[in-house]
Amino acid sequence: MARKVLVLGEVRDGSLRNVSFEAVAAGKAVSEGGEVVGVLIGESVNTLAQELIQFGADRVVTVENEKVASYTSDGFSQSLLAVLEAEKAEGLILGHTALGKDLAPKLAAKLQAGLVSDATAIEVAGGNVVFTRPIYSGKAFEKKIFTDSFIFATVRPNNIGVLEKDESRTGNVSSISVDVKDLRTVIKEVVRKATEGVDLSEAKVVVAGGRGVKSEDGFEPLKELASVLGGAVGASRGACDAEYCDYSLQIGQTGKVVTPDLYIACGISGAIQHLAGMSNSKVIVAINKDPEANIFKVADYGIVGDLFEVVPMLTEEFKKLKVNA
Amino acid sequence: MNIYVLLKRTFDTEEKITISGGKINEDGAEFIINPYDEYAVEEAIQVRDAHGGEVTVITVGGEDAEKQLRTALAMGADKAVLVNIEDDVENGDQFTTSKIISEYLKDKNADLIIGGNVAIDGGSGQVAPRVAELLNIPYVTTITKLEIDGTNVKIVRDVEGDSEVIETTLPLLVTAQQGLNEPRYPSLPGIMKAKKKPLDELELDDLDLEEDDVAAKTKTIEIFLPAQKEAGRILNGDLSDQVKELVQLLHTEAKVV
Ligand SMILES: Cc1cc2nc3c(=O)[nH]c(=O)nc-3n(C[C@H](O)[C@H](O)[C@H](O)COP(=O)(O)OP(=O)(O)OC[C@H]3O[C@@H](n4cnc5c(N)ncnc54)[C@H](O)[C@@H]3O)c2cc1C
Ligand SMILES: Cc1cc2nc3c(=O)[nH]c(=O)nc-3n(C[C@H](O)[C@H](O)[C@H](O)COP(=O)(O)OP(=O)(O)OC[C@H]3O[C@@H](n4cnc5c(N)ncnc54)[C@H](O)[C@@H]3O)c2cc1C
Repeated sequence: MARKVLVLGEVRDGSLRNVSFEAVAAGKAVSEGGEVVGVLIGESVNTLAQELIQFGADRVVTVENEKVASYTSDGFSQSLLAVLEAEKAEGLILGHTALGKDLAPKLAAKLQAGLVSDATAIEVAGGNVVFTRPIYSGKAFEKKIFTDSFIFATVRPNNIGVLEKDESRTGNVSSISVDVKDLRTVIKEVVRKATEGVDLSEAKVVVAGGRGVKSEDGFEPLKELASVLGGAVGASRGACDAEYCDYSLQIGQTGKVVTPDLYIACGISGAIQHLAGMSNSKVIVAINKDPEANIFKVADYGIVGDLFEVVPMLTEEFKKLKVNA
Repeated sequence: MNIYVLLKRTFDTEEKITISGGKINEDGAEFIINPYDEYAVEEAIQVRDAHGGEVTVITVGGEDAEKQLRTALAMGADKAVLVNIEDDVENGDQFTTSKIISEYLKDKNADLIIGGNVAIDGGSGQVAPRVAELLNIPYVTTITKLEIDGTNVKIVRDVEGDSEVIETTLPLLVTAQQGLNEPRYPSLPGIMKAKKKPLDELELDDLDLEEDDVAAKTKTIEIFLPAQKEAGRILNGDLSDQVKELVQLLHTEAKVV
């Protein structure tokens, strides 16, 4: 059944996040041939509309307002609800990012709707839109359908392929004005701690360190490797507990769940709680000096050795590869 | 201060997951307080100790969850409430759970509600923000620091590794992120005392709810395990040759770089 679906384009540092293009692709699947309408909310977001259209949105509605220059759940829910009402849409897709995780449940409660969070695949089967999502932190998966007509999901970064970008695609861009008011939470300050801009949950390559990294300085070679590969640095809880790095880098059952194309585990033993956060990565490399380490059980490729020797050598080899490419 | 903690009972993180008869196999599994909810209990106790008041822990679930509620009481919570839905609700989702919790809380004049940012089993992270919206109070998710001064609240929140400093006011709901605090272990005297602390059990009827009011909006149609990975390759030979081989394999065989 064709339906109109809204997709929120998430803006970060002035550009659209890749997960938003993945959300457009998800919206397309959910629409079953209906219209996919991109939504942009912010102080000045109009210029990004075309890119959403090139990635598959049929048209875009913007809400531009200085009160939504930064994300707050109140400001963004008022804006998005206004668009939903004006468009009478029957579906809504967001990225399962910090913003999507914070905003979507509030909207779902307001709309008295169901919400499938963290979807990794979408298909239409037996007359239903069927969502696949991880449970038990990726130790299992479930397939979910809606028992109500409104379809609402957040999609996990790096799992749903984007539609091919078509620079010749055009579509209407309109704006609606929303009286954003009564913001009950105020952002006073943002302290940037995340390393060099590559977001862990969206990174295509993750280089992760464990207790084997031995110190804060021990993370330096890992950072170099990550930067050569355009990836992000992550960590085990062992490394976080030992204060070699910030908890925000923790990957696992009580940290971030990541599914990059390439995960390089350095000095990580492979505890079940760590595996839960990374074992669905496409390719896993393990570097560990203990040949019996559990991490080798999930690794596609393993090197038994001292990470302080292996990691710098790897960095050099990848540099050569990049030069030759 | 009137403080409520939303607590979910969940599988121990050590547990391997198996499926039998289309369901997650619970036989012999160990259960724990959802790790993020442990931070929530700890924070609630600290806020109470600093500002006075009472901590009530609430769970929607079955009889079995009494054990985790007793643990929270042993940590230092004052009261526990179990909304037992075992006999009333066949299929629930996050709509169901949040509706039940908010119906319970709506006339309790809670100043502060603390939940976990996500349950490590269901993993949606929906329940707490949904409850805040249904109670029409503000919320802040994934917090790592909480400071209360009268009704003014200052919070540090984790946003994908960056920190946001947020100001807001009570009444308020927050969800705990790792790093918020170091949850205490129940002490022996704590465990003894917990046995005498009130643990109330309610059913949907007591909240004037019918099964239809909380009927799930989504339905699970299948549960499956991820495909087993084939055994990987441990490289051999001289370390520098291994490194060269690995880069080649990643480039030409796995095609990820
Ligand atoms: C409720 C709960 C939740 C948890 N959640 C998480 C989670 O989300 N994420 C997580 O990661 N953990 C989690 N844990 C912790 C988990 O159980 C492990 O303790 C942790 O993952 C171990 O970290 P590690 O592998 O870095 O350390 P260790 O287990 O100490 O492993 C260090 C490894 O480094 C290797 N090594 C040492 N030196 C070198 C060297 N020079 N070169 C190469 N290799 C070297 C060693 O051989 C060893 O295998 C959780 C635990 C509990 C109880
Ligand atoms: C009878 C019944 C059967 C169910 N069967 C299924 C099923 O087969 N499959 C399925 O996926 N779900 C089922 N559910 C729903 C299940 O309870 C959800 O997992 C629940 O709504 C919590 O969602 P979540 O795990 O995503 O938690 P999240 O939204 O990730 O939890 C975040 C936080 O909300 C709070 N919270 C969450 N749940 C509770 C709770 N129960 N009590 C108190 N606080 C809580 C905690 O603070 C937690 O840290 C059923 C529910 C009922 C009532």
